[in-house]
Amino acid sequence: MSYKVLYYVNQFFGQVGGEDKAGMAPVIKDEKVGPALGFDQLMGEDAEVVGTIICGDNFFNENNEEAVKFIIDAVSEKNPDLVVAGPAFNAGRYGMACAGVAKIVADELKIPVITGMYEENPGLETSRAKAIVVETTDSAAGMKKALATMSDLARKMLKGEKLGYPEDEGYFAQGKRLTVFSDKRGSERAVEMLLARFKGEEFKSELPMPVFDRVAPAAAIKDLSKAKIALVTSGGIVPNGNPDRIQSASAQKWGKYNIAGKDSLEGEFYTIHGGYDPVYANELPDRVAPLDMMRKFQKEGLIGEVYEYFYTTTGTGTSVGNSITFGSEIGKELKEAGVDAAILTST
Amino acid sequence: MSTITTISESVGANRIVPTIAIPYPVGNPNLSKVVEEDLREKLVRRAITALGTEVEETTYF
Amino acid sequence: MNLELRKIEIKDVVFGEVPGVKDGVLTVCKQDIIDELMEDVNVKSIKVDIAKPGEKTRIIPVKDVIQPRIKVEGKGNGFPGVTSEMVQLGSGKVNVLDGVAVVTIGDIVGFQEGVIDMWGEGAKWTPFSKTLNIVVDIEPVEGLDPHTHEATVRVAGLKAAEFIGKAGKEAEAGVVDKYEMDDIFTETSKYPDLPKVAYVEMLISQGLLHDGYIYGVNSGKILPTLIHPNEELDGAVISGNCVAACDKITTYQHQNNSAILDLYNRHGKDINFVGVILTPELTTLEGKFRTCDYTAKLCRTLGVDGVVVSEEGYGNPDSDLLMICKRLEDSGIKTVLITDECSGWDGMSQPLADTTPEAVAVISTGNVSHVVELEPADRVIGSAEAIATLAGGWEGCLKEDGSMVCELNAVIGATSEIGYHNLTVELY
Repeated sequence: MSYKVLYYVNQFFGQVGGEDKAGMAPVIKDEKVGPALGFDQLMGEDAEVVGTIICGDNFFNENNEEAVKFIIDAVSEKNPDLVVAGPAFNAGRYGMACAGVAKIVADELKIPVITGMYEENPGLETSRAKAIVVETTDSAAGMKKALATMSDLARKMLKGEKLGYPEDEGYFAQGKRLTVFSDKRGSERAVEMLLARFKGEEFKSELPMPVFDRVAPAAAIKDLSKAKIALVTSGGIVPNGNPDRIQSASAQKWGKYNIAGKDSLEGEFYTIHGGYDPVYANELPDRVAPLDMMRKFQKEGLIGEVYEYFYTTTGTGTSVGNSITFGSEIGKELKEAGVDAAILTST
Repeated sequence: MSTITTISESVGANRIVPTIAIPYPVGNPNLSKVVEEDLREKLVRRAITALGTEVEETTYF
Repeated sequence: MNLELRKIEIKDVVFGEVPGVKDGVLTVCKQDIIDELMEDVNVKSIKVDIAKPGEKTRIIPVKDVIQPRIKVEGKGNGFPGVTSEMVQLGSGKVNVLDGVAVVTIGDIVGFQEGVIDMWGEGAKWTPFSKTLNIVVDIEPVEGLDPHTHEATVRVAGLKAAEFIGKAGKEAEAGVVDKYEMDDIFTETSKYPDLPKVAYVEMLISQGLLHDGYIYGVNSGKILPTLIHPNEELDGAVISGNCVAACDKITTYQHQNNSAILDLYNRHGKDINFVGVILTPELTTLEGKFRTCDYTAKLCRTLGVDGVVVSEEGYGNPDSDLLMICKRLEDSGIKTVLITDECSGWDGMSQPLADTTPEAVAVISTGNVSHVVELEPADRVIGSAEAIATLAGGWEGCLKEDGSMVCELNAVIGATSEIGYHNLTVELY
């Protein structure tokens, strides 16, 4: 059978015009325009380009909502199995538009997207995790090779075949760390890596060090005696019985529990965290989430109030990705509830 | 409030109150009840002080 | 020290009246094992089952895995300091029931216990699908506090392995592995040109279900200590059933520590393997600074050129691992780390909880959150429902038809950070 492909290009590759046409609103043509034609030929019997969207780079970036709506409509009309965008080479705004297509189509409509970019294109960082981004040269002189690689990969994607290593297949790694079987056990690989280091031979670390983002510090609270402060913990403190079934490791969710009128968590809460000896937290959960002390300071007038819900999850083995999601969701709720600050405790 | 503040620093926390131990950050079951109570109060007070203090970068309280 | 591990190849295990080995078949007497373990007043009841590779059998919740052995020459049968009187280990001749493992299960003590599937998809993920498993289900008496409960099942497993090991006393060994290593000065004079290498084995030491034991001493109570590799191979280090199932170092894996074996294999050829440093992973920052400084100091004192460091667990011990690495690299000692990673169900997250630029050579033994689908078993030894409360499982992960979805977290030995299994991670 022949798969259907929808193609996205900018005003230049869509043969409308140069910079002067960069503001053009998107149009869709049934015929194959520019690189879509070459791509279609390379796909042969396997797939057919059923339409070409042409959109001005400035239009996409400046009227994003309208462009997004146009693409969604076009995709629902053409119902493609794959969307191809670019290649954008080192054209920044074109790259950002291809990244935008990747976000809408791959992330939201769940239809695979393939594009191509030069390694310095600003669109790469936002699209590589969502789309397959083929590595190209910095100019359109590399079109032929880019289309050849893109069509090879597109064929595999359409047929549901597993792609090979990024460096072998010519695309940028998506950042997905996949667990696979090795032909040697870990300890043997470790000894071989050490020997390579002694001999000054090349070796490849299997785990590049993570890079964490930074956030600017929040401003200080001017008047603590009026502040509403929330308690948040990654220590797995939950009501007895764990009503929301929060995981004991590798948490997939967080919980919030009403603590209005409670002076302590003792007796009614316990820990379900699988990463530490729970005996001491179960004796007194406030050793992990110190509600009792917060109440004390509230009564003293040092702080205004303790927010009526406390938030909790399990920190052990929980991915940074999930933590970012939990943090954003909890932060949003606290902000909406007019909470001024939060004390986070970790185990 | 965390015990392994090396991690807090690595991941970019701005206001850090070092605590006692992983299974009991805000407490210490090895102490007598009265002394533990005092320790716990001081730790949380430090966290509240931190919230009322301007910082430019990672700061320990 | 001179240790011989004499391997008696076992092809099958059967229950019978008279324990022994004949033509590669191990006979164990069920009632004798039960009677032996019931000696402990804290044990209420014992059940014994056999699970063989290829059978559609699931074992859950697994606490520890232990290799049955008997010392036939020299002192120190069993686990000195725990199940037998204290003697110096590391020398003598040991008959090993090769291919057999004692697997302990029973009422759950904590979240850190795991699953072993003997067949199909699940079998690929655990090294203990390939052993003939004698499963000992231990039910303790009611009312035990958690620490006593844990100690009871831990010791029962060790005793069971020691008891079953006796069957190999008279048996003929096939392969005999010899581990001979003299003091550091003698070895260095033999191999003056080979780089000196130490192995740092980190042991999680954080309380209930999070402790290792060395000659019965809780690893949380020690400063980092130097031991001869033969001592560990001879049973000096045992598991406290610690941390997540996927990366806890079971007693079996201490007895057959792959990092030690692979370094030994190169000793006198490519390296001069000078010893093992056992390092606790503690719960306080002061403790971590102390042990990491002390570990690096021991390595410098030994004058090593390179070190392999293995972690146990994840999260806060990532910090110990990287602090040790930084201190060693800053001293000019080349370091290779072995760890697993927590990169999430989708594999898109940062792999470690901490970071340091000095860690340039790292072996990854897999993502603990990698999700696997396991088919329904014909027979479950233990409790299939336990998966919902284990680290790596969740409410609803066990389906009505008996199939289940879980993270590698829950699979015994899947991401072993001593590099015992063959998983790795590739970036796509």
